[in-house]
Amino acid sequence: MLRLLNLELQKLLLNRTSKILIFVSFILPFTVLVLSSIKINFFGFFTLELGELGIFNFPIIWHITTFFASYFKFFFAIVVVSMIGNEYSNKTIKQNLIDGVSKKEFILSKFYTIVFFSLLATILIAVASFFIGLYYSSYTEVNIIFRETSFLLAYFVKLVGFFSLCLFFGMLLRRSAFALAFLFVLYIVEWLIFWGAYESFGDTETAFKVKRFLPLESMYKLIDQPFQRIMITKFPEKTDLIYDYAVHWYEIAIVLGWTALFIFLSFRLLKKRDL
Amino acid sequence: MDTILTINNLTKKFGYLTAVKDLSFTINKGNVYGILGPNGSGKSTTLGIVLNVVNKTSGDFHWFDGNTTTHDALKKVGAIIERPNFYPYMSAYQNLKLVCKIKGVDYSKIDEKLEIVGLMERKDSKFQTYSLGMKQRLAIASALLNDPEILILDEPTNGLDPQGIHQIRSLIKQIASQGTTILLASHLLDEVEKVCTHVVVLRKGEKLYSGRVDEMISSHGYLELKAENTDGLVQFLEAKKMFGKIKIEDELITAFLDEPMDAKDVNKLMFENGIVLTHLVKRKESLEEQFLQLTDNN
Repeated sequence: MLRLLNLELQKLLLNRTSKILIFVSFILPFTVLVLSSIKINFFGFFTLELGELGIFNFPIIWHITTFFASYFKFFFAIVVVSMIGNEYSNKTIKQNLIDGVSKKEFILSKFYTIVFFSLLATILIAVASFFIGLYYSSYTEVNIIFRETSFLLAYFVKLVGFFSLCLFFGMLLRRSAFALAFLFVLYIVEWLIFWGAYESFGDTETAFKVKRFLPLESMYKLIDQPFQRIMITKFPEKTDLIYDYAVHWYEIAIVLGWTALFIFLSFRLLKKRDL
Repeated sequence: MDTILTINNLTKKFGYLTAVKDLSFTINKGNVYGILGPNGSGKSTTLGIVLNVVNKTSGDFHWFDGNTTTHDALKKVGAIIERPNFYPYMSAYQNLKLVCKIKGVDYSKIDEKLEIVGLMERKDSKFQTYSLGMKQRLAIASALLNDPEILILDEPTNGLDPQGIHQIRSLIKQIASQGTTILLASHLLDEVEKVCTHVVVLRKGEKLYSGRVDEMISSHGYLELKAENTDGLVQFLEAKKMFGKIKIEDELITAFLDEPMDAKDVNKLMFENGIVLTHLVKRKESLEEQFLQLTDNN
């Protein structure tokens, strides 16, 4: 396993483009997070301190940081599709197989890399959130701090799932640009299915229940948007705003199911294909 | 003799096209094998199948004694197919380091092999800056990294200039002299003739010949004859069973021998039968003629 990871890391880290993209996808959310946590003085007119809004309180901070950080996954998604696309355009996939990487190992080395970087991203976000939280939070009891760390698990699963989808599209289409375009196509297709479900069942709630099983939506639903929750903390009397934002086991199960399917399909695809 | 690769009734179909048809041959240790065939005769497909990048339709093959999986066997094989494929943004050294990681070979081999192919001075240059000849030599270095039992080369001199071709050929001979088994696919006849001891001839995916190169060439040769009385000569040749096929071009008659016979004996025989030859040459076929004969007349 380490050997396969090591192979892939050499391919990625010696390539300048992917190195920059990896750097951006990890350092950028981190910097944004740190920047937003410091007090910004707008030329003496007013000071903006996001910490004052209470968004860096435990346990809501886990929800907020993982939600926003997950948008930076698109940078690494480019790395994932290009690491497949490059293997095809350089024909190095063929040479790798001839040199003695089995087809299974080839897919696994990509998957381990995905898991490795997802884990790294999760740890970075966890550490950063933890320290910012400690600094700003009004509550620092241990059980409150660690109450909603399930968002970290959700964040990790979300990244692994999304990158596995990218991996599959990369294997399917062999070209990075096509694979990225296909992500957008899938997004539209999911809304079309939603529309189809709405037409046949007649209400949006059921239609959303159907859409929740589709790959992109299931990944998005892992971490629900936190805006409504921030509103609730500000205006506790508005009970109609209350919604279910927690991470549920079945949401994780759906995404893990998709992940397994994408990896399996990528393997099948490579196995059947003549290079 | 130890067998390295055994292929039995291998068939590969690409849709309606049959690229390899019912192919069987064996490769033994210590010889230099050539797979010879015109473009599109299934050479690369055959190599692709045994190297696990192309899926076979039917038949089977096994490496070594048949007890190792193809995946493990490939670690004892060095191969390059078609063009040299490396990561363009990595240097030669880094590319070879990656291959070492794949094959589980010590990094100390890298310098040793780069020395053999003469790329030491350029080892830190990026692969994309290499000329085709250098790329091809790097590919050979890469295939040699694990000190393979067999080295498989697919058209290694394709697209190279005469100097490059010469370099690669002497490299192959040097490697073969150290006892490494080599399998060389090529459509260049003189290449196979110069380098190989055994040959498998393919045409449209079918095996036409397999055996030693010198045996393929050593038919009994043929005679070029001219006489004043051409018709009489032809009649005489057709009557005798030691002459096989007879070709007539203008005045020149080409008669293929079915039995060994000296030019001297031919001349004597003709004279005794009242035919005076004005021209008599005995020739041996080159591999090229043999090859064209094999691939055209079937």
